[in-house]
Amino acid sequence: MDIATAYIALACVFGLFMAWGVGANDVANAMSTSVGSRAVTIRQAIIIAAVFEFSGAYLAGGEVTATIRNGMIDTARLAGQPELLVYGMLASLLAAGTWLMVASFFGWPVSTTHSIVGAIVGFAAFGIGLDAVHWDKIGSIAASWVVSPVLSGLLAYGLFMSVQGLILNTEQPLRAALRYVPGYIFVTALVTALVTLTKGLKHVGLHLGSFGAFGWSLVIALVIALAGVAVIRRLPLDPRQDHNFQFASVERVFGVLMVVTACAMAFAHGSNDVANAVGPVAAIVGVVESGTVAAQSLVPPWVLLLGAVGIVLGLVTFGQRVMATVGTRITDLTPSRGFAATLAAATTVVAASGIGLPISTTHTLVGAVLGVGMARGIASLNLSVIRTIFVSWVITLPAGAILSILFFYLLRAAFSA
Amino acid sequence: MPLKSTIAEILGGSPIQPLKHHMTQVIACVDLLPRFVEAAIAQDWQNAAALREAIAEGEQAADELKKALRRQLPTHLFMAVDRRDLLDMLLMQDKVANKVKDIAGLMLGRRMQVPAPLEAAFRAYVDRTVAACHQAHRAIRELDALLDTGFRGRETHRVSDLLNDLDRIEHETDRLQVALREQLLALERELPPVDVIFFYQIIDWIGDLADRAQRVGARLQVMMSGGR
Repeated sequence: MDIATAYIALACVFGLFMAWGVGANDVANAMSTSVGSRAVTIRQAIIIAAVFEFSGAYLAGGEVTATIRNGMIDTARLAGQPELLVYGMLASLLAAGTWLMVASFFGWPVSTTHSIVGAIVGFAAFGIGLDAVHWDKIGSIAASWVVSPVLSGLLAYGLFMSVQGLILNTEQPLRAALRYVPGYIFVTALVTALVTLTKGLKHVGLHLGSFGAFGWSLVIALVIALAGVAVIRRLPLDPRQDHNFQFASVERVFGVLMVVTACAMAFAHGSNDVANAVGPVAAIVGVVESGTVAAQSLVPPWVLLLGAVGIVLGLVTFGQRVMATVGTRITDLTPSRGFAATLAAATTVVAASGIGLPISTTHTLVGAVLGVGMARGIASLNLSVIRTIFVSWVITLPAGAILSILFFYLLRAAFSA
Repeated sequence: MPLKSTIAEILGGSPIQPLKHHMTQVIACVDLLPRFVEAAIAQDWQNAAALREAIAEGEQAADELKKALRRQLPTHLFMAVDRRDLLDMLLMQDKVANKVKDIAGLMLGRRMQVPAPLEAAFRAYVDRTVAACHQAHRAIRELDALLDTGFRGRETHRVSDLLNDLDRIEHETDRLQVALREQLLALERELPPVDVIFFYQIIDWIGDLADRAQRVGARLQVMMSGGR
């Protein structure tokens, strides 16, 4: 076996391992608001996650993958010794994967995104040189980690207030729900489709043009909204029901909406987080196939596919067990509240995917849940978790970096021996 | 690996369901009071003792629920309702059950006789007091809908209406209390003085019960208006 095949084989194994980790850990969080609100069962959530994580990863994951692959470090510095990039990316995958295992073992809420970014910056800064890191890009990524939870929190607050104003807080909540929920379905589908068609599809070799993309997004959103209307029509609802039962009926209408937002969330998660696993793989494949550190070339679609398969594997082997615990833990998240949080997070994540920013889906969703809580929509929130998240956020970056430097020197020594 | 999800961790347990559950338990106690009073009027002390026992057990159960909810509310919880308002309300609900137990305890302990001419007025007084407790319960059952609407708008008006009714019922019990005292005043020289003193006390305590039901409602009003 020649050395090139060995590099690619190792990259695939490590990448699959990382994607497995994403599927095992993060997916349960991404689906938690949907499962917790009882709008979808655990079995349905697994099917939705499998289908939409896969399509999100494949159809819209290209932009973030490109960032992870060559957006954060100055690969031109490595023109003379492309194998250093291979060692570095292998080391980063191994470091992030190891750190995730350690953190999961202790139950710390760490982010896959933070681990891989810390790892890549670590090997680049110490293995190549401090100026090899695109610090301005890293700065904007770090800023997006602060901005994304805040933004999705504000969005969730606004969405929940709009749900209250338009539906819950009216004389006929059920009638209002029947009127406005299809609109929310339309918006959810439109945002997801728009980002995918304008930003994602070019990475799988489809070019629609911005006008065509907008037109197709409208059509897709309209079709999904109409399908939603058809499902809602079939719900056994009685608008003359008395006051308290009306709220129950309203929540059933929101349940339909929640299924759509759950799909959008899984799609968004796939589009952003698969890159953490396949970005480094894409970089290695690029080096091996061209023999140079070509900065610009398409992410091979089969690499995206590898990540998508890994995520689904992680979900099926481990993620569904976490999901089962979520379903029993969350007791009073109704569909109207879960919807506001999920749509806000999905929109933020999918938008970040569109501009190629790797953000943490879990933290974004936490921000959204807090936003609904601020609107007095959730009975109680455990704020001590925020501190744990912040601490693990701060620890993950150096931990990923140190591990990746370690693995980088080990791999370089092993391969040059 | 521990099976944990950050989102599941962040959603604390709801304080609303236990609060409603506690009130249901309190009302179960209150509902035994009319039957106890009937047994006392009929001088059926065996039955009355059994009912007082049931009331005491119910009060004990409510106490347990109260303690469980308090344990469930660590200070780092961020809630849709103010923590102090919620604990105040819980305490006031609990005091309703305590008063029922006190009333039953005193009446049974003294084998208290309701003077025959006062029976009808006394029954009506107890009935309206129980109705006040039920009205408070009715308002508390709206907590879910209140949470759904984020404690604002139309639903708060609905609850305010329920609470206005509660105030009205409490005023009625005040009037009935005054009337009952007047009737007792007219009779008191013919009755054993010690019995009269304790009968005044029971009238007073039943008045307290209605008053506490009203104060539960007042706490709910504070909870609704306590926007952040």
